[in-house]
Amino acid sequence: MFEVVAEGTGPLFMDPDADKAREFFRTKTRAMVNKVMTVSEAVGKFVHDGDYLAIGGFGANRIPTAVCHEIVRQRKKNLAFAGHTSTHDFQILAAGEVFNRCDIAYIIGLEARGLSPNARRYMESGKVESCEWTNYGMACRLKAAAAGVSFMPARNMMGTDTFKHSAAKVVKCPFTGENYVLYPALWPDVSAIHVHEADIYGNCRIKGISVADLELARASKRLIITTERLIPNDEIRSDPTSTLIPYYLVDAVCEVPFGSYPGNMPYEYFSDEEHLRLWLNVEKDPEEFKKFLDKYIYRTRDFNQYLELCGGLERINELRAIEHLIDLEERG
Amino acid sequence: MTDYNTMELMICAAARNLEDGASVAVGTGAPCAAAMLAQKAYAPNLVIIFEAGGIAPLLPTMPISVGDSRTYYKAVMASGMCEVMETIQRGLVDYCFLGGAQIDMYGNINSTVIGDWEKPKVRFPGSGGANDFGSLAWKIMVITPQDARRFVERASFITTPGYLDGPGAREAAGLPANTGPHKVITNMAVMGFDPESKRMRVESIHKGYSFDDVQENTGFELLRAPEVVETPEPTEEELRLLRDEVDPNRYIIGR
Repeated sequence: MFEVVAEGTGPLFMDPDADKAREFFRTKTRAMVNKVMTVSEAVGKFVHDGDYLAIGGFGANRIPTAVCHEIVRQRKKNLAFAGHTSTHDFQILAAGEVFNRCDIAYIIGLEARGLSPNARRYMESGKVESCEWTNYGMACRLKAAAAGVSFMPARNMMGTDTFKHSAAKVVKCPFTGENYVLYPALWPDVSAIHVHEADIYGNCRIKGISVADLELARASKRLIITTERLIPNDEIRSDPTSTLIPYYLVDAVCEVPFGSYPGNMPYEYFSDEEHLRLWLNVEKDPEEFKKFLDKYIYRTRDFNQYLELCGGLERINELRAIEHLIDLEERG
Repeated sequence: MTDYNTMELMICAAARNLEDGASVAVGTGAPCAAAMLAQKAYAPNLVIIFEAGGIAPLLPTMPISVGDSRTYYKAVMASGMCEVMETIQRGLVDYCFLGGAQIDMYGNINSTVIGDWEKPKVRFPGSGGANDFGSLAWKIMVITPQDARRFVERASFITTPGYLDGPGAREAAGLPANTGPHKVITNMAVMGFDPESKRMRVESIHKGYSFDDVQENTGFELLRAPEVVETPEPTEEELRLLRDEVDPNRYIIGR
């Protein structure tokens, strides 16, 4: 037994017991079956009120926007959320007030773009129970879960108020006597990750940075994949080195072209900074924001309709040019 | 001497701290501009890394996000968060840049809440990767405006560790030895930390300001380095690189 030197006082929303997780994964199907469905079906089937939810990507980069919208549209409630590498995804989910518990590494902000007024109001309202962490701390929790162990040691966070309001513990290393912070494993009930390519079974390819998605995919009990495009299984098998998420981790595969919009999708299209600014501006007035949400989320049928409202393929073409550093104004 | 604005001066002062061959973890904004300037002006072998996974990119433009595709444009590796954070934890990253709502005399940073944590008056984003950088990189650098509401005696919430309560406190808590705050660069001065007391001290003051100006805009007693000098002004070449190549759209230097 380690000697516990210090303990955070924050709530632990999920059980870090590795044997319980093993029992769950023992029952998860290994069958290679067609998992293609609509986002609406996937969210209806795999996201339940009260679930612990995590979202892949990095805030407004390679995010499963359609799943975030659908969770709001289906008015899911009492979720717990992993506020990890979250920006626009957090903004959408906070707009729907779908969660009432939150593990916080980074929330409310959209990096250099500023803070979301509505998400801030929601977090200051007292409606959300929270626990503090750091980006690497949350990644460690997912990494522990992905490895099938109940904790992961690290050397950050000690001595700070972030630690005091976390649910981590500091122990003495049995080998060296040094202090280490132990992060409890986190097995989310359900997660969604947006990828470049997937086959109908859920074998996935991601280009560019993986952020914490390799760990997240392996830690999640249920996993919804949205993909820019479906590819044949033959293509997966012709180049297995490129598979980053194997099919048996995946429960649903949804083909959603431009599915990270208004976020960046590496090598495909850049973020729509004008549309993200529109969100931040309209949020200043709660009444206006309500109308905005009605128009863009609640009264839209699906993600394609949202894209149409935002300028459709014409806008996407502009964002593709920005991503590829092509100057559309410049002509010979 | 060409005219320059405060942001340009701060970016140049920060860039000069990054020697050739060093590695630096940066976010967006002024720190990224400083790293890009250093790379172009005097540190061609500077290794720039981003927390979401970008390693040693040849940045074509200023990134908007630490995870956008610019952060691994022509990079040597597009990795992930654990790869980057663990590289810092192994001791391979010399510098990191941080910011926040409050910084105190020991360089502790608050980016979480103002007021009671349970009932926050103002909620901020939280640590993000700041605590990780500030715990694990060898030297912490901060670029922030000099303001008495920002420079407080004791951060009301320590999101990211500086020297905590003073000498030996980081090591006692369990953080890696010989790490901690290095420089704080503001619109008025460059500050370092006294090697004995670990308290913030003024090392150089920008042209047009006095020690008293800096002290008046600080909520605690500042120490003085043995020799307080005038901050060297940006050179023509630094300004040219900054304006023409690093930030031609003036996203940062136009603020």
